[in-house]
Amino acid sequence: MTVRGLRFLAPGLLLAWQVVAGAATPATVPDTIEQRVAACIACHGREGATSNAGYFPRLAGKPAGYLYNQLVSFRDGRRFNTDMAYMVQHMSDAYLREIADYFAGLDLPYPPVSLASDATPEVLARGRTLALQGDPARKLPACVQCHGAALTGVQPATPGLLGLPRLYLSSQLGAWLTSERHAQAPDCMAEVGRRMQTSDVNAVASWLATQPMPADAKPVASLPAPMPIACGGTTGASK
Amino acid sequence: MKLRRVAWTLLGLFLLLAVVAGIVVAMNLRGEDPLPEKAEAFQATPQLVERGRYLALAGNCAGCHTTRGGAPYAGGLPIDTPFGTVYSSNLTPDNGTGIGSWSSAHFWRAMHNGRSKDGRLLYPAFPYPNFTQVTREDSDAIYAYLRSVPAAAQANRTHRLRFPYDTQAALAVWRALSFSPEPFVANAGKPAEWNRGAYLVNGLGHCIACHGPRNSLGATDTRLGLSGGLIAVENWYAPSLTDPHEAGVADWPAADVVALLKNGVSPRGSVMGPMADVVFRSTQHLSDADLGAMASYLKDLPKAAAAEAPEAAPAKAPIRRDAGTMARGAKIYDQRCAYCHGDQGQGAVGAYPPLAGNRAVNMAQPTNLIQVVSHGGFLPTTAGNPRPYGMPPFGQVLDAADVAAVLTYVRGSWGNDSAPVTQLDTLRR
Repeated sequence: MTVRGLRFLAPGLLLAWQVVAGAATPATVPDTIEQRVAACIACHGREGATSNAGYFPRLAGKPAGYLYNQLVSFRDGRRFNTDMAYMVQHMSDAYLREIADYFAGLDLPYPPVSLASDATPEVLARGRTLALQGDPARKLPACVQCHGAALTGVQPATPGLLGLPRLYLSSQLGAWLTSERHAQAPDCMAEVGRRMQTSDVNAVASWLATQPMPADAKPVASLPAPMPIACGGTTGASK
Repeated sequence: MKLRRVAWTLLGLFLLLAVVAGIVVAMNLRGEDPLPEKAEAFQATPQLVERGRYLALAGNCAGCHTTRGGAPYAGGLPIDTPFGTVYSSNLTPDNGTGIGSWSSAHFWRAMHNGRSKDGRLLYPAFPYPNFTQVTREDSDAIYAYLRSVPAAAQANRTHRLRFPYDTQAALAVWRALSFSPEPFVANAGKPAEWNRGAYLVNGLGHCIACHGPRNSLGATDTRLGLSGGLIAVENWYAPSLTDPHEAGVADWPAADVVALLKNGVSPRGSVMGPMADVVFRSTQHLSDADLGAMASYLKDLPKAAAAEAPEAAPAKAPIRRDAGTMARGAKIYDQRCAYCHGDQGQGAVGAYPPLAGNRAVNMAQPTNLIQVVSHGGFLPTTAGNPRPYGMPPFGQVLDAADVAAVLTYVRGSWGNDSAPVTQLDTLRR
């Protein structure tokens, strides 16, 4: 057969195969953790939430121990979110650890924070006071005492509080207040929640959500002073 | 005289009632051995405990008897049924709240006869219509294992069932109609492997609890077999294992059936929803020999009548699809689905299943598709598939009409030719 003949034959063979297969050829995707957890991006986004729900927290760059503890808590019923429980319910510790490490390792810029807020200046001022100084009269510690002076979190397992949607912040603080959210014992934030009032939640969430990211947005290595309340999850070694 | 006739009628009715009650009681005592006068000495060797641990996995006892993050086998998990909520019981060896005071004979009576230590009848949410087939030897092994788990003092919760389902009398009638204790009987005409598979599938595995249709009293029917069932309240459809258009495996290589049960994924399909739970908690832990036995039994299930003679079925009227819905579905598909499942529904090898020609996509019952699109999820992590790919929960961004449209599009494209999904389907609970 001539070369010319082969050229005619080749497309015919290809077509025949496609008819037999009855469908387009399956694609191949990268065997990477990024691809494997692409489902998470649909809500959480890479640098920030992709949905307009104004709720989903950013994952990139959070301390790995914190992310891991949350994944385990969703699986084991300490934290409640139907979709999250559904996503992680059949996952091993090892895979949850790998997912946490992946998102913790992402070093991505933060989108600009909107400084506008419908909260009154008084509410914002009260939020600022609570975040930076707490309320000693009620033994309410300041956010900065555990989450770092710049509120960017502390390694290995204390989350930063900046760059998060106000709705998310207030719903989480509210969940601590109403004992809906739990962490490894001793559950420090549950203790903080018991000392909070609903007005504190709104004030702190409103203020935190309007704070610009500092130049160094990474979690700090350690705290200058011991935490005011014992905190079970912060060793990053949850079971 | 009138009064006399009324008295006679009443007496007759009373006698009839007494006879019926007597029959019901007698039927409830069928096949029940008297408990030994004195608890027999029970020798739990390490081998027996280990065997019991394995069998407890085969029966997925923890699937119901352990809450998320709770103490293993301490019970307390709510099981929603159309009749109300049943709470699983504490199986740990705690004396006050668990089964610490039970003998192996008590345990055997619960497994084989569905009767608790105190004599009360058990609700069939505990699948004793299947466990009745478990041998005394295996029952004793599970008993030995359960006595070895840490005791957890956790009181059982009272079931919340509607009247009359909350009465022992109703349960007795149900049992008279729907349950008889029967040991497993091997089929002499089949090889040992097939029989081992039948024992596991129909006994401890209690596959029919989901994969079998239930009657109006919530009972499964062994005559209908594993022909598919809607899991009440959870709203997942456990596809028929006898129908090649659903989840029948007659034409699968046995190795693929084993892979599905062991790894949660196989060249021919993967597990999501309640079956992901079964693989995660139960079947991934079983030996290749037992999974092979289950495969050989499942492959040999009698084919569904409709599937046997497709040429005899009346010609199907062409399916009509609304052009606007299809266009809306196509747009959503391109935006949300094509990235992983491909623009021709071709999928990606080992990661995202093809949708073209996928029988799970084309089943008459679209419930599972709605669940998967709304809630997404990952395959279970298993030794053979430790890092599964996942699907996002699109319920966050798609409303009922969107879900119906995109599924109508998927079920009507690339050679798929299945009925549209309606908004009503997506709202069904």
